[in-house]
Amino acid sequence: MTPFHRVSGAAAPMTTPNIDTDVIMPKMFLKGVDRSGLGEGAFNLLRFTEGKPNPDFVLNKDGYRDACFLVVGPNFGCGSSREHAVWGLQQLGIRALIGTTFAGIFNDNCANNGLLTISLDAATVATLAGIVAHPASNGLTIDLAQQTIRINGGGTIPFPIEPARKEAFLTGRDAISSTLDFADDIRAFEARHRADNPWF
Amino acid sequence: MSGRTLYDRLIDAHVVRKLDDDGLVLLYVDRTVLNEYTSPQAFAGLRAAGRKVWNPSAALMVVDHVNPTAAQRTRLMPDADAARQVDYFADNARDFGIEYFDILDPRQGIEHVVAPEQGLVMPGMVIAAGDSHTTAYGAFGALGYGIGTSDIEHYLATSTVRYRRLKTMRINVTGRPSLGVTPKDIVMEIIRRIGADGASGYAVEFAGPAVSEMSVEGRIVMSIMIVEAGARGVVIAPDQKVLDYLKGRPRAPKGEMWEHAAKAWLQLRSDPDARFDREMTIDAGSVAPVVTWGTSPDQAIAVTDRVPDPDSSTSADRKTAATRALAYMGLTPGTPIQSVPIDFAFIGSCTNSRIEDLRDAARVFNGRHVASGVRAIVVPGSTQVRAQAEAEGIAQILINAGVEWRQSGCSMCLAMNDDILAPGLRSASSTNRNFEGRQGPGARTHLMSPAMVAAAAVTGRITDVRDLIGGELP
Repeated sequence: MTPFHRVSGAAAPMTTPNIDTDVIMPKMFLKGVDRSGLGEGAFNLLRFTEGKPNPDFVLNKDGYRDACFLVVGPNFGCGSSREHAVWGLQQLGIRALIGTTFAGIFNDNCANNGLLTISLDAATVATLAGIVAHPASNGLTIDLAQQTIRINGGGTIPFPIEPARKEAFLTGRDAISSTLDFADDIRAFEARHRADNPWF
Repeated sequence: MSGRTLYDRLIDAHVVRKLDDDGLVLLYVDRTVLNEYTSPQAFAGLRAAGRKVWNPSAALMVVDHVNPTAAQRTRLMPDADAARQVDYFADNARDFGIEYFDILDPRQGIEHVVAPEQGLVMPGMVIAAGDSHTTAYGAFGALGYGIGTSDIEHYLATSTVRYRRLKTMRINVTGRPSLGVTPKDIVMEIIRRIGADGASGYAVEFAGPAVSEMSVEGRIVMSIMIVEAGARGVVIAPDQKVLDYLKGRPRAPKGEMWEHAAKAWLQLRSDPDARFDREMTIDAGSVAPVVTWGTSPDQAIAVTDRVPDPDSSTSADRKTAATRALAYMGLTPGTPIQSVPIDFAFIGSCTNSRIEDLRDAARVFNGRHVASGVRAIVVPGSTQVRAQAEAEGIAQILINAGVEWRQSGCSMCLAMNDDILAPGLRSASSTNRNFEGRQGPGARTHLMSPAMVAAAAVTGRITDVRDLIGGELP
């Protein structure tokens, strides 16, 4: 996965609650056997109307076309487990999401691909959404090592992250390789578990 | 020290090792079920890294999401992309040595219908699969939960997942549901009350007398649907009903092994003094049939109510969401939901496609006919459910009522196959998600129970099924 250290760029506000993975990645883009072509799929039914960019959608507006962060509403990514939603956001150039809460499977999918999710309290997210709504102040630098969001020409917001998650994002490690280092533990567990539950 | 919850007992019994001091563990997973659309990239990852599947016998592959449901079964897929997914799926089953039910297999069906049907889901297991509705298996006292494709690949390569322990929430269901109120209505009422993120970050245990009274299939409905409140795992303590369901299934233990297993399974429950991080109680007797009016499963009302005014929302963002939902749904605040006409009726999906669901629907369709201008389709959850419904005469009742009787698959739950609604069409649906575009771009979905879908199909508008059935439903 892509490591995350320090990333700077514009952020787009998208604060409607419960934006689901069907909206992030509509079904028409789920028919592949690889991860290609999903940038076009991301928010497709909102980004395009009759094949043309929808001027009302935030990522089609001046100042947001190259956004690399989204400031999102509660429970972002709810619904289907489709990891295509995360691949599509990344192919659209999104590197981090800032919100109050993220849906569970989606949040894990983000972590497995290096798309950083930052959880802050509702008041801070609302303030941040207000700040990035203005072109002059719309620029953030997220520094994972420092655990800070620096606002262009403004202050700095600290954010929490579990140490193990932080380490994984910083190193971009391959989780399977790390787990296979414990192969002997898995084999030993498996033998005990089968003895305890022979019917499995 | 207080006792342990069933969830914590299941996790404790599956921890291979701790990965940090904050609840992150390497969790052993007993079983998975794979479908053709969330698994391809996982297998591609294994192939690229030259890795094998740790335990091929712990996986089952079933085609369900992209296949057509036309009455005549065929290996032909609706389009070239779907055909490629199914071909690659079959290649992966062969190359990695995993059992595979293809589209013509008499055991084929929706993964969460097939796995219990085969007896592959047993109390005490942990089951993770690439579909959010894997929580279905909580109904058996197994911990089921959904994972993404990267975690499928991790599971296939190691038989484990990296897992952070959840908070626990017990939902006690008391009272006795009134006539025409089903487990779907009860769980939709819970979601309406706690919101689409009301159980986010929690493992939910359903308990209480109404759950004990409920059939195993009813418990499956609750276990699947509570995902729409964000639940990340579900458990229900197994009882005699679960044993009765499992006994004699193809993969269930037999003979002396069954006796040992059954004894162990009945021990699986939360300790009486177990502490939950959160508890709620709902009186099933107070629940009316529930219908969604919006584009999130928590945007729901009793069928006797009117479409709410966004001004009554609890926050500015929720008001924006409600306003947008009403515009998408083509509804006006204050409209009685029962006056809303429908174009389409769908009964199916992992939530509501089992034999009891079809029996419920057949009681309403019996002696009635689908209203003119309405198209109704019933997609059974598995080929076996289809055969059973035909044997019980249910299929003939549906056909006589003017319903299209289909082959099994996920179908219009997510409309990845050729069962897809045109923009603007309004559907009464027994599925689990009413998201924008879920049943087709611009299509409008109202979630409800199978009996309620049948009632809407025969009257042509959203209808309180209790007005049609008086005394017929259990």
